[in-house]
Amino acid sequence: MMNLLMELQALVGRELRKWVRSPFLLFMTMVQPVIWMGLFGKAFNLTAILNISDDVLAQLPPYITSQLGEAFNSIMASLLGASGLDYFTYMSVGMLSIVVLFTSMSTGMSVAWDRRLGFLNKLLAAPIKRGTIIFSKVLSSVIRSVVQALMVMAISIAFGARYSLSSPISLPAALASLFLLSLGLSSLFVSLGVRLKSWESQMAVMNLLNLPLMFASNALYPIRMMPSWLQSIASVNPISYAVDAVRQSLLYGPAADPSKLLLDLGAVAVFAAAFTAIGVLIADRGLRRG
Amino acid sequence: MIVTEGLVKTFGKLVAVDGVSFTVNDGELFGFLGPNGAGKTTTINILTTLMRPTSGRALVGGYDVVSEAEKVRRIVGLVPQDITVDDDLTGWENLMLQAGLYHIPRSEARRRAAEVLELVGLSDAAGRRVETYSGGMRKRLELAAGLLHDPEILFLDEPTLGLDVQTRAAIWEYITRLRRELGMTVFLTTHYMDEADSLCERVAIIDRGKIRALGTPSDLKASLGGSIIDLEIVNGGSADVMSILGRVDAVRRVSLADGVYRLSVDNGEEGLPAILENLLRSGVRVSRVVMRKPTLDEVFLEYTGRKLRDETGSWEEAFRQRMIVRRMRT
Repeated sequence: MMNLLMELQALVGRELRKWVRSPFLLFMTMVQPVIWMGLFGKAFNLTAILNISDDVLAQLPPYITSQLGEAFNSIMASLLGASGLDYFTYMSVGMLSIVVLFTSMSTGMSVAWDRRLGFLNKLLAAPIKRGTIIFSKVLSSVIRSVVQALMVMAISIAFGARYSLSSPISLPAALASLFLLSLGLSSLFVSLGVRLKSWESQMAVMNLLNLPLMFASNALYPIRMMPSWLQSIASVNPISYAVDAVRQSLLYGPAADPSKLLLDLGAVAVFAAAFTAIGVLIADRGLRRG
Repeated sequence: MIVTEGLVKTFGKLVAVDGVSFTVNDGELFGFLGPNGAGKTTTINILTTLMRPTSGRALVGGYDVVSEAEKVRRIVGLVPQDITVDDDLTGWENLMLQAGLYHIPRSEARRRAAEVLELVGLSDAAGRRVETYSGGMRKRLELAAGLLHDPEILFLDEPTLGLDVQTRAAIWEYITRLRRELGMTVFLTTHYMDEADSLCERVAIIDRGKIRALGTPSDLKASLGGSIIDLEIVNGGSADVMSILGRVDAVRRVSLADGVYRLSVDNGEEGLPAILENLLRSGVRVSRVVMRKPTLDEVFLEYTGRKLRDETGSWEEAFRQRMIVRRMRT
């Protein structure tokens, strides 16, 4: 047990040191979600579609405007999950999970580098558990993911996202959701990194997974606006559940549905448990000697 | 102690290690000598548990490298060919990382790190990030990391590859100090003949996966005769020069290449006058004589039938094989 802790401390310490010591890399990983929020969140302003200009409104009888208002609110509520949300707020919360996705992917890539630079061989020649090599990668990836998601959260608030916490456990619940998502995704990408030995094939597979995971989810658009085939993909995408969990806890305020939140967290937890188990199994086999 | 019996490692059709058997004694500095792609690194990878042998057996420190891999890992240190110390960490942090991998407690790790840094002359640079280090300093840090847990057996894979002459000499000095001061068993691979000659107590010459010769450098050189004499004859000489030389007692072997007669002679200092006398008596005039002691280069040529350096024909072949091995390995 002591040995395991020493191994983890050494390896996670290395990863985190490398992370905080390359401010340029940190900056670049932060720039990407910020650009997404700027371009998508501000440009594709879904809520603006339902805006009626003031001069038109003035010509309408009051009972029609109030009915229109109700109708629009119910449309928004059914699409975005709650009324009174603007699209930027809606998608910036989705970006938190996307940040987790990007960070987990870069962790997977770092396995390829460790192999290429011979560092992996050094670890394999040391009397450490093979699982520690994987677990330390995943653990450091989870820490980085959650910290970077919090940073994106702060940036989005600065850019005008309006959060509405439903209860005191909202923030812990949101963090738990991001934590579990990161655990599952990191395990997935680290085991891919262990199994796919060439850097190029890893790039190819990750690019292939990147877009569907990102777009076939409710991170950027409401699932209800998608065609049914895409909806069915999005409904098995763990990112959808993680994003919904964060929205339930951070955005919807009094309109939040606690049972939905529990269901979301449960789904992400199952995903994390399954992929961590599969990841450890696959990676362990991949690290055995040829 | 290292014992291998009939070690074989194949990668598809390529036989990288082909029935290798040898023994390295405790406290010995043993060299594995051969050209690129000869199977040196593959052998080290098997002995350090990074690879399983296809067949055969290897015991390192009394433990089987396959069934007792965990125990082998505890007692060996590996300084790989590649530089694996982390650029983003300081020299000190790299050693602390290494300490964690070998479960060395904090206080002991600090003491050991200071010791090995002193040994490789990096005490002053320990606080700097490795990205500011020169190639030689990185290699020395790599060496320090391999020594940190005080291994019984240290494996050095091409410790001086790609280093300049001065750094090479410095690394040699550290290695001999290890032997002298710590009595550590050292197994090193190299393709520098002079390095093997001056450092190693015993060397094995490996080529195309097989051990071609094994012994102390001086024994191996002596097996070629005590001296090598190159003779050039005025006017190209005639056909019977070979037989004249062959009749001299001291001469063990004669070969002719590019107009130069190369003689293996048991005792050159005493044999040379007799040789010259015989030639003169037969009316053969000698224009040039060079006498020298055989080097490991000649030993290599003798046992493998080819030169280690400037093997232009097979360089590409060797490189290709090396790339195959690398690819299969990773």
